[in-house]
Amino acid sequence: MKILVCITHVPDTTSKIQFTADNTKFDNTGVQFIIGPYDDYALARAVELRDQTGGKLTVLNVGEAETEPTLRKALAIGADEAIRVNSNPKDSFFVAKQIAHYAKEGGYDLILMGRESIDFNGGMVHGMVGELLNMPSFSPVMKLEVEGNMVKMAREIEGGKELLEASLPLIAGCQEPIAEWKIPNMRGIMSARTKPLNVVDVVSDETQAEATSYQLPPAKGSVKLVDKDNVEELVRLLKNEAKVL
Amino acid sequence: MSILVYIEHSEGKVKKTSLEAVAFAKALSQQTGEGDVVAVALGTVSNDELAAVGGAGATKVLHAEDSRLDAGVIQAHASAVAQAFQKEQSKTLVLAKSSLGDAVAARLAIKLEAGLVSNVVELPKTNGEYLVKRSIYTGKAFAETNVTTDHKILAIKKNAIDLKLDDSKATVESFAVNLSDSDFASKITSTERATGEVLLPEADIVVSGGRGLKGPENWGMIEDMAKILGAATGCSKPVSDIGWRPHHEHVGQTGVKVAPSLYIAIGISGAIQHLAGVNSSKCIVVINKDPEAPFFKAADYGIVGDAFEVVPKLNEALKAEL
Repeated sequence: MKILVCITHVPDTTSKIQFTADNTKFDNTGVQFIIGPYDDYALARAVELRDQTGGKLTVLNVGEAETEPTLRKALAIGADEAIRVNSNPKDSFFVAKQIAHYAKEGGYDLILMGRESIDFNGGMVHGMVGELLNMPSFSPVMKLEVEGNMVKMAREIEGGKELLEASLPLIAGCQEPIAEWKIPNMRGIMSARTKPLNVVDVVSDETQAEATSYQLPPAKGSVKLVDKDNVEELVRLLKNEAKVL
Repeated sequence: MSILVYIEHSEGKVKKTSLEAVAFAKALSQQTGEGDVVAVALGTVSNDELAAVGGAGATKVLHAEDSRLDAGVIQAHASAVAQAFQKEQSKTLVLAKSSLGDAVAARLAIKLEAGLVSNVVELPKTNGEYLVKRSIYTGKAFAETNVTTDHKILAIKKNAIDLKLDDSKATVESFAVNLSDSDFASKITSTERATGEVLLPEADIVVSGGRGLKGPENWGMIEDMAKILGAATGCSKPVSDIGWRPHHEHVGQTGVKVAPSLYIAIGISGAIQHLAGVNSSKCIVVINKDPEAPFFKAADYGIVGDAFEVVPKLNEALKAEL
């Protein structure tokens, strides 16, 4: 089976979010970048499936040269080869167009990615790629089993889940608990250095909805503490001051 | 011309978040002069329930009463909504963010050649440009997004608009959709859903518990509080990871992001990944025995104390007041 996993290169979840240049750029000073946590789940499941069924696992990222350590990490975790589409990811549509092109060229049976990136939280790229390639797309997928040509999935819905069946090829946006995150071991890190990482050009420059400026939410005031022996006071504050009861 | 709104229903009721999407579309049409607000509903739901969508601002509801659409088959829903969009000659589609809505909207963006903005938090600025403010970095920032396409899709976040319902009724018009076998290439074999409870992503009040509660057997008092308040129950990631509570209750960076009016956190320390899931709440109450718990820094109100002592007393006080 040929599997493609699309990963994002995003700030660590504990990063302080700040902007520079008149609030038009993300300030990456001191920020550590990681594989998107949802993409990391997709990658972990893909490694398991590749080990189970054989075949080849490719990872892809749309990003500039600075994202290569993130792709190398994915290779260390277990991907066989990497593709970097050499461009800043401008918007979801732009990214989906690149992925659709290279996915078609590679003829993958299964395309996995995270349910959303943790920077822009759009959660659209898998569905867009699905429509561009005329393949079914599913998200957020929390379980995925492949039996021959058949795929059994669980998709999270509000307050529960639905169980689904579809046949390959298909696209899934993944989330926990589809697999446990995998930490690269020394052998993986060593072998990642020599695995192929191909840099390819963008195939379309079209965008539809680009972010132009950023803003931080207003600072939170300090907490009002209520004595533990006076819980009635809390009820009164919620009712009369916050007006949320 | 009209603004189209994709509305969802569950257990015979139109979702409140979908009504918010209708109200948002109504306010948008008043700003842009895009005409009436038309909603599209798929699958089995009563005409009375759909007519009541008029109370949020829709003049008409297109109802594709095809039982194959009762299940949320993503491709089929996307095809049906695209047909409604073309029939109405709309330029703008509005919907509420949801598990199904997000998946359907992404496919529609390609079908309709529409710029899609998700997590929209307020009405766009439509003076010449089309600038949409959306929440990013899991609620830790906002981005202004410039939509350059003629067709547009806005997936709105909960509480993007104040919902006020009146008694107006929409006309309900039956709508025939053409669906092909490829729209049903996937099959939903079963659905497991907590019934009769308030659903977490849509709840106006959320009561969450963390590891401080020591075990699943102690969730009774959390459920009691939720019942008194008409709230949904949530939990922290460690609690769902160790299986004390189901995964769909996990609130946080990689779980459900909530935006209630009131979020009550009990025995949760407030790791940054948990805060990412609750930072859109209007009011946060933290109950924790550790005065140094980081959650207090993000809270509006707090009680430093043992949950096993405080919560039963608070439940009594709430019961007396409500």
